[in-house]
Amino acid sequence: MVQITSPAFKQNVARALADAGLQKALGKAKGAFLQRRAEAVARLPEFEQLRNIGRDIKNHTLANLDFYLETFAANVERAGGTVHWCSTAEDARAAVLEICRKAGARTVTKGKSMISEEIGVNDHLEKHGITPVETDLGEYIIQLRKEHPSHIIAPAFHLNREDWEADFRRMHTDLPADRVFNERRDILTEARTRLRDRFLAADVGITGANFLIAETGSSVIVTNEGNGDLTQTLPRVHIALASIEKVVPTLEDATSLLRLLARSATGQDFSVYTTFSTGARRPGDLDGPEEYHVVLLDNGRSNMIGSEFQEMLRCIRCAACMNHCPVYGVTGGHAYGWVYPGPMGAVLTPSLIGVDKAGHLPNASTFCGKCESVCPVKIPLPNTMRHWREREFERHLTPAAMRRGLGLWAWFAKRPGMYRMATRAAIGTLSLLARGKGAFRSLPLAGGWTKGRDLPAPEPGGTFMARYAKMQRGG
Amino acid sequence: MSKDAILSAIRRGLKRGPLPADQRAMLDGRLATHPRHLIPARSRVPRPEQVALFVRNVEKEFGSVARVAEAKDVPGAVADYLAAQNLAPRFVLAPHPDLAALPWSDRPMLEFEARRAQATDLVSVQHGYAAIAETGTLMLPSDPARPTTLNILAETEIVVLRASRIAGAYEEAWDLLRAERQDATTGGFMPRNVMLVTGPSRSADIEQTLELGAHGPRRLHIVLVDDDPAALPAS
Ligand code: SF4
Repeated sequence: MVQITSPAFKQNVARALADAGLQKALGKAKGAFLQRRAEAVARLPEFEQLRNIGRDIKNHTLANLDFYLETFAANVERAGGTVHWCSTAEDARAAVLEICRKAGARTVTKGKSMISEEIGVNDHLEKHGITPVETDLGEYIIQLRKEHPSHIIAPAFHLNREDWEADFRRMHTDLPADRVFNERRDILTEARTRLRDRFLAADVGITGANFLIAETGSSVIVTNEGNGDLTQTLPRVHIALASIEKVVPTLEDATSLLRLLARSATGQDFSVYTTFSTGARRPGDLDGPEEYHVVLLDNGRSNMIGSEFQEMLRCIRCAACMNHCPVYGVTGGHAYGWVYPGPMGAVLTPSLIGVDKAGHLPNASTFCGKCESVCPVKIPLPNTMRHWREREFERHLTPAAMRRGLGLWAWFAKRPGMYRMATRAAIGTLSLLARGKGAFRSLPLAGGWTKGRDLPAPEPGGTFMARYAKMQRGG
Repeated sequence: MSKDAILSAIRRGLKRGPLPADQRAMLDGRLATHPRHLIPARSRVPRPEQVALFVRNVEKEFGSVARVAEAKDVPGAVADYLAAQNLAPRFVLAPHPDLAALPWSDRPMLEFEARRAQATDLVSVQHGYAAIAETGTLMLPSDPARPTTLNILAETEIVVLRASRIAGAYEEAWDLLRAERQDATTGGFMPRNVMLVTGPSRSADIEQTLELGAHGPRRLHIVLVDDDPAALPAS
């Protein structure tokens, strides 16, 4: 189970900043994602239009979520599958265990799933004598290290190649200790060979789901490695873990969102494997699972409907917001203290585990607006974080110093004109202070507020709002 | 019951009860007509360019393509590819009548069995159902004649695809499934499994650097049969 360390966000950040290995990994990885996304977006002139379409599809679905979930469930059952409705993480863990027990499972292979992290399936299975084996390369090393993912699509974002080599030597003790890893590919090959037998031996395969399709009762996984497909095809039982907001009406709706997902996530035009599973093995089929289950998790999401946080349920988990976040870029994912890091985590985590535990996270923002500008479904992340700050403020959970800072900030924020004027005025000062270094560790006037945050230096061209307005004018 | 609790929490948030009949009918209509959204212009080109776009995209994603004039040329193309890759001329073949009908005896060196794939199979030859030019993507649905294991267990996957089955956009490929497939057990058109495959398997989990050959095939080769006169490159 992921232990919640979100309340210690400030200490986590301090530790992250002092961690040389982490800073090295972050420095290396950051640029790759940004450039690849920018190139993929540039290759598709319709990308901006598709963002509006993606937003609208998700809004339509959320406005009729009860209808689409019921339709989805009915179609899963028509195709010979079973849907397990689970209000809480505990319900979902119990449902998974029950399915595994009925299947007489000893080992379970797993594709990458953030819901699995959220509900803590692995610990639960282990406690009951069932061995879970993570098969996504990143998840595999995370499991060897007994850690948790630091990124929602690249679980080992915080690791360097040396870490991989050292861990493989430490854990794969049956192989010659002096073997040489000439290239990254050698590490990959060792993992491939290791996991082959696990795929073949598993009794149950557990995957996540990027989408659920109401029209057909299908669950969809999107991967590059092929581990998800091995996981859901070879064992006798397939369990797809999905949260309720993953549902979309039709294949066409999913297709439009898929055009956004890989480009926003890894900067690919399309991922290698996009796989639609519908029910269990059909008569005459020579392979495929004999049982198909969808564990459908709420865990606090239904309470977000109708609230100022509803828009967060549009999230398709592409990770663009964290890849582009200056705060994530220096703290990494573990500092956020729970499953979901970065801007999407700062909004989602308080909704799912409570603002009393995650109240610091919405403050982990410089309000630079980059996350919103890249979000494929146009979630107003900074604004939504602001709602949490206001709630936290009202509940007087904030330390006094922060309350004062926020009070001033909220006053400005409610007066957009004034806010823009003030930030424009401040930009001049900030540029001087940063002297081209790209980031700040402290700011006059905002001392207590910026301590523990890394503020990006303003880029040439003025505030984000000013640049955005210019862009909209075609400037 | 969790189901009722979840649905009523959603309805509470939406400030309404269950949808009235007329609105349900509207949403049922949307599902039945499954309207398309914007389709990128890149695939809306004449047939020869569509096929060329498909080939370009496959190659961009580290796959390879061999074009042959007729189905009878497939065994030769398979044999040549395996020889060029230094692979033994042995494979598991999808038990599909179109593949069984190919003149394999023209290439007596080739050994194969028609069945699902096993972990020990190094090469598979799959029957391509359709493909999508937009991103160089294969559509590989499961059925008794096209086992899913052929797409994931072998190190090298060869897919035999007819040019007439290359669609521009994903939406057109979905409509092929809708028109051609009807499953007696489920009453729906969706096969148990539909894989959209774009290139060979890869991972970028080590320092966000792309490496080919993760858990799925390391090589993806397409033998493209030019059965569509309208799709031939202008000569
Ligand atoms: S909030 Fe937007 S950018 Fe961030 S993961 Fe979700 S969809 Fe992607």
